[in-house]
Amino acid sequence: MSNYNGKWKGVIDSILTLPLVLPPTVAGFGILLLIGKRGPVGQFLNLFGFNIIFSWYAAVIAAIVVAFPLMYKTTMGAFEQIDTNILSAARTLGASEWKVFWHVAVPLARPGIAAATALSFARCLGEFGATLMVAGSIPGKTETIPIAIYFATQGGEMEVAIIWVAIIFAISLTVLVINNYWDSYKKKGRYGAGA
Amino acid sequence: MDLLVDIKKKLYGFQLDVSLESQRDIIGILGASGSGKSMMLRCIAGLVKPDEGQIIVNGKTFFDSEKKIDLPIRERKIGFLFQNYALFPNMTVSENIAFGLDHLSKADKKNKVAQLMEKYNLAGLEKRYPTQISGGQQQRIALARAVAVEPDILLLDEPFSALDVHLRNHMIREMSESLKDFQGMTIFVTHNRDEAYQLCDRIAVFNAGKVEAFGEKDKLFQRPVSLETAKITGCKNMAKARKISENTVAVPEWGVRLDSKMKIEHEEGHIGIRANHIRIVDESTKENCFKVWIADESDGPFRTFLYLKIGSQPEKLDDFHFQCEISREQRNEIKDRSGPLYVYLNPEYVFFVEK
Repeated sequence: MSNYNGKWKGVIDSILTLPLVLPPTVAGFGILLLIGKRGPVGQFLNLFGFNIIFSWYAAVIAAIVVAFPLMYKTTMGAFEQIDTNILSAARTLGASEWKVFWHVAVPLARPGIAAATALSFARCLGEFGATLMVAGSIPGKTETIPIAIYFATQGGEMEVAIIWVAIIFAISLTVLVINNYWDSYKKKGRYGAGA
Repeated sequence: MDLLVDIKKKLYGFQLDVSLESQRDIIGILGASGSGKSMMLRCIAGLVKPDEGQIIVNGKTFFDSEKKIDLPIRERKIGFLFQNYALFPNMTVSENIAFGLDHLSKADKKNKVAQLMEKYNLAGLEKRYPTQISGGQQQRIALARAVAVEPDILLLDEPFSALDVHLRNHMIREMSESLKDFQGMTIFVTHNRDEAYQLCDRIAVFNAGKVEAFGEKDKLFQRPVSLETAKITGCKNMAKARKISENTVAVPEWGVRLDSKMKIEHEEGHIGIRANHIRIVDESTKENCFKVWIADESDGPFRTFLYLKIGSQPEKLDDFHFQCEISREQRNEIKDRSGPLYVYLNPEYVFFVEK
């Protein structure tokens, strides 16, 4: 994608980024239209006896759709920041496009990809609106932590809510700490000393 | 070993239209920034595709618009040295050098890398990463990495511009030494005339996307064939001139007549003389001697530039006709002379260009 410069680039880019700016309920509504009982995908799957709406599959799909733009934008940025001379150098040394990608581009973009993963993970974890629309809140099946917190608070069960809040707090913090630590570890190894 | 480049490419602002042919050599491409010299190098490497024409290196067609040939970069067997070296920051020094050696067995690869590390004075740096070593070492790695794949042609894109002056001279000598062993052809792109002269046998002068002149370096520097060549090879004194006789021209801007040893074949053109060829003399006795006043002066650590005006006293600092370069010692000798000086423009060094 970062090498593609055709006239559709702007359009494709916008479509892929759209869920980032849309309210999650709108994204959820779109997914519902597609995979709902009357949606094209939903009807197709129904032929085989599958129903994914209001199942945990739907929650996963909602999370992916909502988090994808973050993953896409951040990863793309990481690839675009690579010095093109370095990629050219690899090609002049006889490397195939496969080797250029996996041995040069991906390692150089790795910090960016890691950051993208962490961000997307956090976004997925916090996903609320779209999930509620397509997966509902079936305790023990499709109830995600943010939804559980919401309903616990609504129902006055503050103790339950606090436990969930603490759990999500711990998970998010751990991910960020690991991400930062890993980042500075890489820098110490290669970019710190000398130069 | 031979090279044929004959390409056209439309760029922002100008058209690259290059035709160059050479045998085994170190060819210098000298031109100002934006003259298209790096672009030509990238076309040869295959990093940029020309609009039309052909590129043939060592009997192998890299590009031919008529036959619809456009060899992929990896099949061209070129060594490209980038201005910023473009080392792989995620790999150690030895991994960098080994990058293009996948076709060798593990043992051969190791041997070859060890050999190159030795040859390029890199021993002990095997496990370091590119950002942990000096600029000179980085350049050696880039060169070792490029020659490791035994390319037919080595393309050097301003490799010294990122180095400081002291290191630059050292690296030029080193490069010159390593290029002696290299069996293929080398094209060296630079905007620095000293580098080009030091490193190359023959030089092509680029101007606005075209080859202005191409030939033996000595000839090129002594007898530039065009105004642009003269300027790019560092001639600071150029003026419009009109032919009077076979060896004499009138220079209206300077208000004088000048003799030249060169046979003047065109009615109009430019006359030129290098700043270091102008002599300060005691009196005006011969032809090509003129009475001059100093309009301005700029001192380097060892050399001094005098900005001189012929005929009358200058009114402001930039009211001058030509520059004269002399040593600081000589400048000190004539310091206490009052009034005008006399200069001698040796006809041997006065050259005439048509355009």
